[in-house]
Amino acid sequence: MSFINKNTSAVSEAIFKEQRQLRKERLLASPGLIIGFVGFVIILILAVLVPFISKTDPNAMVVVDRLKPPDGEHILGTDEFGRDLFIRLMYGARVSLWVGGCVAVFSCICGVIIGIYASYFKLLDHILMRICDGLIAIPGILLAIALIAALGTSSWNVIVALTIVYTPSVARTVRASAMVVREQPYVEAAKVQGFGNARILWKLILPGVISPLTVQASFIFAQAIISEASLSFLGAGIPAPAASWGNMLQASKLVFSKAPWTMICPGAAVVLCVLSLNLLGDGLRDFMDPRTKGGAKK
Amino acid sequence: MLSYIVKRVLSLIPVLFVVSCVVFLVVYLIPGGPATALLGMEATPMQIEELNTELGFNRPFLVQYADWFRGIFRGDWGDSFFLHQSVLEAIGEYFLPTLSLAVFAQIFALLLSIPVGILAAYRRGTALDVAAVSISLLGAALPGFLLSMFLMLFFGVYHQWFPVAGYAGLAEGLGEHLKYLFVPALSLGIVQAAYITRMTRSSLLETLYKNYIRTARSKGLKEHKVVLRYALKNAAPAILTAVGQSFGSLITGTIVTETIFNIPGIGMLTIGAINRRDVFVIQGVVLFVTLLYVLVNLVVDVLYGFVDPRLQPGRR
Repeated sequence: MSFINKNTSAVSEAIFKEQRQLRKERLLASPGLIIGFVGFVIILILAVLVPFISKTDPNAMVVVDRLKPPDGEHILGTDEFGRDLFIRLMYGARVSLWVGGCVAVFSCICGVIIGIYASYFKLLDHILMRICDGLIAIPGILLAIALIAALGTSSWNVIVALTIVYTPSVARTVRASAMVVREQPYVEAAKVQGFGNARILWKLILPGVISPLTVQASFIFAQAIISEASLSFLGAGIPAPAASWGNMLQASKLVFSKAPWTMICPGAAVVLCVLSLNLLGDGLRDFMDPRTKGGAKK
Repeated sequence: MLSYIVKRVLSLIPVLFVVSCVVFLVVYLIPGGPATALLGMEATPMQIEELNTELGFNRPFLVQYADWFRGIFRGDWGDSFFLHQSVLEAIGEYFLPTLSLAVFAQIFALLLSIPVGILAAYRRGTALDVAAVSISLLGAALPGFLLSMFLMLFFGVYHQWFPVAGYAGLAEGLGEHLKYLFVPALSLGIVQAAYITRMTRSSLLETLYKNYIRTARSKGLKEHKVVLRYALKNAAPAILTAVGQSFGSLITGTIVTETIFNIPGIGMLTIGAINRRDVFVIQGVVLFVTLLYVLVNLVVDVLYGFVDPRLQPGRR
């Protein structure tokens, strides 16, 4: 940037500094974003580190210790096979976060490809959006149940099924914001200059849809965790001995009136994780939306 | 008005076509054909081959689809492999408890969410608003079945005000019917209310700052009239749409909740079908619930076509 002389660079430096300051103020002004982020990171760290912290096998059964209430030895008590609930909770977090994360990433990738092409090519738009309408018309969990009943239960099939469920809504969001970006003068300028379609789509339009996409990704992450829990609860999710929050809740279905901790612990984990992700999503939306000013309440 | 309804109905055709394709594909795409799922692990390849042929699975794709599609209209939705009845009969038998539960849950949801949403929007920024918003945030993070378990523990096990689980049909009297449905309907209603409260609040907030509201106030109308007659009426379509769209999650929530309370509804039918991989029943349930969901949204749209004068003919 040698053609910018010292004077303007000092001015732009000041502008950048001010923008950074403003951004920092806005970030600090939305407590939801910070709380959500911190909560999610804590769960993530615990899930990643658990094999290094504890050598206890999450599936090891100690039948004498079955249904022990929380005490010094087992912080959160044990389940009906005498397995330590705290350890299982952490391993469950690995499964739930893995499923949720994969679903969020895959449905965003598919959704972006579908949405961005639909926004740009008329004929494709009609076909793809009708398919999305049809898929959205089928209640999510039911579609997932049907797909898993067909494919068989495994964690990959849960991921595939939930990705199919959530892709259409991502595609719609991406298409809607890509339609706005497409009308911008700079896209038109690029067209006039003879840019290829692919270059316009991926270099010019894609950056414009990233921020609504990240917001939606966090919501889908949260939704996928709830859906995985519901699917496992119905017996159409992660296959049995593996620990996932849904499996733990399903197992507690038979014993929770005698041993409520077997339900409360995984239940609280689901709620905390989903709540953090929702707060994160809400915070991100407010933070990235230029219409809401820093500090001002909506 | 009529043209609006016709247009709305016509727009459903592509949607329903895609739905039918997806639902058909669910069974068609099973690796090895539906017989592999129905017969389970122990079946010999010979048996699988035989059943697949019997089910007509070896015919070309389009022939199968056309045949299946015609069957849907003729009321032939296939047969359950394990229940020894047709899928439609099974759905008919199990549907009433689900409908009843969904209706009561919706009533609870509306009774809770509309007043709270209105108050929260009207008293924006007060402690009441903050409480309503935080509770509805929590409700959005709560899977319905978890709340069901909590309430079951509280109402059924600790206090024994209501039966822990089970079901009594309407034939045994409304009181008995309600006694069994109260806790499941309440737990579903609360989760549902979380969403509708937020939608009520935000759509009412949008209308409360419009110019005609200021006009209504400045000409001296009573506050409750301004809010309920002017603001709420204009916010109503958005709220109605939210109610219609949340019907899908209501019915899936019902399915999960039923399995906790042992209510013999579509949920029990589904969970049995999952365990036995009775794919035709699952296919039928998905198709049935989707049709119901689409129909409810159609009714909602047509309803506010009547309510909303902006959609009436001669006003464009």
